[in-house]
Amino acid sequence: MRTPLPLFAPGFAHTLAVALTVTGLFGLPAKAQETPEPPAQNWSFNGIFGIPNLEAAQRGFQVYSEVCSNCHAMHQLHYRDLTGLGLTEEQVKAIASTFTVPQGLDDSGQPKEGPATPANQFRSPFANEKAARAALNGAYPPDLSLIVNARPDGANYVYGLLTGYAEPPAGFAMQEGMNYDKYFPGHQIAMPQPLQDGRVAYTDGTPTTTDQEARDVVTFLYWASNPETAERKAMGVRIILFLILLTGVTYAVKRKVGCSLGSRPPLSL
Amino acid sequence: MAGLHKSDLPNPVLNWIDSRLPIISMMQKEYGVFPTPRNFNYFWNFGALAMVTLVVMILTGIFLAMSYQPNTGLAFDSVQHIMRDVNYGWLIRYVHQNGASMFFIVTYIHIFRGLYYGSYKAPRELLWMLGVVILLLMMATAFMGYVLPWGQMSYWGATVITNLFSAFPGVGKYIVTLLWGGFSVDQPTLNRFFSLHYLLPFVLVGVVFLHVAALHIVGSNNPLGIEPRGPQDTLPFHPYYTSKDSVGICVFLIVWAAFVFFAPNLLGDPNNFIEANPLQTPADIVPEWYFLPYYAILRSVPNKLLGVCMMFGSLLVLFILPWLDTSRVRSARFRPTYRWLIMVWVVSFVVLGICGAHKPEGIWVILSRIAALYYFGHFLVIMPILGKLERPLPLPESITQAVTGRPIEVAVVGRPLESH
Repeated sequence: MRTPLPLFAPGFAHTLAVALTVTGLFGLPAKAQETPEPPAQNWSFNGIFGIPNLEAAQRGFQVYSEVCSNCHAMHQLHYRDLTGLGLTEEQVKAIASTFTVPQGLDDSGQPKEGPATPANQFRSPFANEKAARAALNGAYPPDLSLIVNARPDGANYVYGLLTGYAEPPAGFAMQEGMNYDKYFPGHQIAMPQPLQDGRVAYTDGTPTTTDQEARDVVTFLYWASNPETAERKAMGVRIILFLILLTGVTYAVKRKVGCSLGSRPPLSL
Repeated sequence: MAGLHKSDLPNPVLNWIDSRLPIISMMQKEYGVFPTPRNFNYFWNFGALAMVTLVVMILTGIFLAMSYQPNTGLAFDSVQHIMRDVNYGWLIRYVHQNGASMFFIVTYIHIFRGLYYGSYKAPRELLWMLGVVILLLMMATAFMGYVLPWGQMSYWGATVITNLFSAFPGVGKYIVTLLWGGFSVDQPTLNRFFSLHYLLPFVLVGVVFLHVAALHIVGSNNPLGIEPRGPQDTLPFHPYYTSKDSVGICVFLIVWAAFVFFAPNLLGDPNNFIEANPLQTPADIVPEWYFLPYYAILRSVPNKLLGVCMMFGSLLVLFILPWLDTSRVRSARFRPTYRWLIMVWVVSFVVLGICGAHKPEGIWVILSRIAALYYFGHFLVIMPILGKLERPLPLPESITQAVTGRPIEVAVVGRPLESH
């Protein structure tokens, strides 16, 4: 009996593998980056089954509210979204009511403000970009709704940035009013170091170190960028298990169909 | 009077319909008993995979369009609205977003299969050329779709790519103005891209129909590249290849689902999570991965017009491939030299893709030039000459003889399943 003709000669597959490996090596970043890569942290949302730790994310929301939100907006989020952090609707209502947000026009046509409801967007610290720049010496703090997705290796980057403040190395020329950060591209960041030990007061007894605050706020920001994570990964596991099962069944059917050809099925089918 | 189609369906209602509009007979002929070479390998799944992807893309796209706002002030936030507020909006969007990449993966493998087994050769030239039209339409659709979320890479990608047309002398700037609907990428551009992004997939469906129609006239190629010589060399499409395609579709859906559920943004660019800002250019403007090889060809040429011509030429050259290949043997299995060189071409395509992701500096320029030279040299120089010089291996007498090792007379003829 004749053996089936191979798709590629064996030597050839080897050559191809070598060639692709060589090109793959060239694909690695060739030049040394001036800004170091932020070290990888062990996040609750890492890995196939990882989802954001909601307690950390709730503490992170506290850090955002008390520190970050003085300058950074999160306009994609509504207070109602906070139920996704494990808060009850009553809690969300209470949290929302502590913020004063624009509430349309009053009866005389003047813009009015009032306590937020769960339906409101997160309060923005500035009315617009110009107002922000005027208040902050020309700097414009980016919206944080999607910040973890909007930077390469976002979670590690934001954590690195928040904990990467340091004295500039000797001979490093700093511009007026800028701060040195190990992981910010170019090292000069307008934002003063936002987190310090004891910057916030946690109610659950978690120590308020700079590191802990940074971890918590990054977890919150990851959740804010990807609020569907827990639902997505849980659904993914079920769907992929189902598809594997379906593949097995389909393959069995295909084999059965192939066998109907007689004692000697065609080799390629 | 032309009279009714003679339908032999037992069901009176179906018979009544089929006599007047023989679509059931047609489906039976084209997808039921359609004679298909018996020796397909899994590379022959990828046409069906592309078809499945197209259908999923159209369905998810229709639902996305229900909540999307083609307005420069609203587009970015409307996508986030889909992701956060629309029921299962994140699922629909991630399926659509990753579906574009899946579409290109299966289409590129489908094209590779055509190149390796010589599926473009007579009598399948027009089938192949329709395929190239499909590829071009897909690229146009994907490009315009990528602009719609109105992120930084959407905006700047659109600016760079549409600006390429300005390289054409004389008419260039008019073409660009026409594409933009103004003097920069702005509201009219976004609005017309949305319109065209919704239209082109249906044009694509039309061309796919012609592609399949042409396939059903000339019949499928197969891994041996020899024509079936009789019924013993073929199997009815159903159930043999419907069952085999189903296996491939399931495996394909696992890969697609892995991206959607566990790495939905792996193939995307972080910059596209930042809303478009015409006043701030990103450090690197990089197209989606599936355009990188062509982008590398563009940037490997120092002259802009020549670069643009090379980039379009790298696709248009596929149209004349059936006449560039002078070898009479289809399958690379029987072409000892071509079998190596087509893989070198694949490597050159991959190298171009890697080069396209890097700034055109230093080694990347040199590499992309070498790879681009081989890309074109393979088609324009090697193929015409090699076909004359190469001594192909002896072809098997028939498909059946090759797959069973038995002579034709006693070969087992495929018969339908009893239970079916």
